[in-house]
Amino acid sequence: MSGKVITVTSGKGGVGKTTATANLGAALADFGQKVVCLDGDIGLRNLDVVMGLENRIVYDLVDVVEGRCRLRQAMIRDKRLPELYLIPAAQTRDKSAISPSDMVRLCDELRPECDWILIDSPAGIERGFRNAIAPADIVVVITNPEVSAVRDADRIIGLVEAEEKGPARLVINRIKPEMVRRGDMLAVDDILELLAVQLVGMVPDDESVLTSTNRGTPVVLDGKSKAGLAFRNVARRLKGEEVPFMNLEDGGGFFNRLTRMIRSGGS
Amino acid sequence: MIDHAIITGIGDMGAKVQIKGIREGLLVTLGEGSWDELHPVLLEHLDQQAGFLQGARLALDVGNLVLKAADLGQLTKEISERGLTLWAVMSESPATERSTQSFGLATRISKPGKERSAAYADHAAQDEEIAILVRRTLRSGSSLQHPGHVVVIGDINPGAEIVAGGDVVVWGRLRGMVHAGAQGNEQAVVCALDLSPTQLRIAGAIALTPKRRGKPQPEMARLKNSQVVAEAWDPKRERL
Repeated sequence: MSGKVITVTSGKGGVGKTTATANLGAALADFGQKVVCLDGDIGLRNLDVVMGLENRIVYDLVDVVEGRCRLRQAMIRDKRLPELYLIPAAQTRDKSAISPSDMVRLCDELRPECDWILIDSPAGIERGFRNAIAPADIVVVITNPEVSAVRDADRIIGLVEAEEKGPARLVINRIKPEMVRRGDMLAVDDILELLAVQLVGMVPDDESVLTSTNRGTPVVLDGKSKAGLAFRNVARRLKGEEVPFMNLEDGGGFFNRLTRMIRSGGS
Repeated sequence: MIDHAIITGIGDMGAKVQIKGIREGLLVTLGEGSWDELHPVLLEHLDQQAGFLQGARLALDVGNLVLKAADLGQLTKEISERGLTLWAVMSESPATERSTQSFGLATRISKPGKERSAAYADHAAQDEEIAILVRRTLRSGSSLQHPGHVVVIGDINPGAEIVAGGDVVVWGRLRGMVHAGAQGNEQAVVCALDLSPTQLRIAGAIALTPKRRGKPQPEMARLKNSQVVAEAWDPKRERL
């Protein structure tokens, strides 16, 4: 096996990097792939919480880099998906505890053992971001349909290009179909026109993401969630499958569709 | 990328570290002195011009200086931490060349010949006449500064900036900040296929883009009575 390293990043904070990492990891593992999720946010770790593995941390990333434990000892196996592992970040240190070359070495050690290594990048463009993209084969940029998030995504894509990490791929998270319909939200086409990168996912805003995050169970394992389905589709596209984008406009029940038909007929 | 733009060090530091644009990226030349002396100056230089150098590929010319493998290893790391790439180290010392090779770095670049260097020096005196062609999209955070004219084939996204001594021509959408005639040239113009900059400056005048109605069209902005005026390109009218 020679695992591929996917770094999930965004520039702006709070757009859903950690949620995306946890869900892509869970989705890939659910497809039978062996996945290691790596939390790059040293000092502000979250991935362990979102994955519901917080209470099982013994060793972390910095312990591995500084030689206090072996790599295997820091890998926490997920309780639901046996092929999903997490290497948590240290909470009591900061980003300068490791360097980009440490990350490259660590990932090279992991590659033979798994199919995918997912790195959750911290917000920002400083050391933590540099650490996270140093070993990346694929960079996935998460953004929201709002001007500030798109601006930061543009900056990040430029930095990724400068690092010669190939063209970044884009996931637009938290799309509110209702607002898009009314024309109150930045449209996907406008975002793509500006960023000019390959779109690999459109994830609708979904309350089930919040509840599942708080509970520590990735939303992809919830068969009913639209966001969960969207993240599964992203994972399949990263695997190389051709998956059509789901129609976010659709749904909302028969009644809504009926009102929309009447409204569009009237105007 | 940026081709043939010449950036020389300023003041005291310039004597020890010089950075110059070459076809393969940037050429950093170290002056006289020991490594212990030059090393911090080099790093300071890289930090100071971080914005400009961003993501650049560096070739380092150390002259007759002897660099130990450990020094070289540390330097490679320090440079990559700054988001730059060191790809070549040129040295007159065979020992340094060997350690360079052991790091998988090049020891030679196709240097511009003596004659061409001289030609650059001549041009440097009249920099404002030199134009550079940039064939990519400038994304948010990137900054392009050039004493002469700037031609971009690609977009200028919001958050990116161009500061040119002469004219700025953009074959694409111009949505970032652009300053033409930055050294006071009031004859400078800005043209773009879609001229919607966040802010447009020509010499000392500043203008904002009014909200556009309808389809974008090629436009040229220039100063008329110290006011920035943008006019659509009209094939029937003669200009300039």
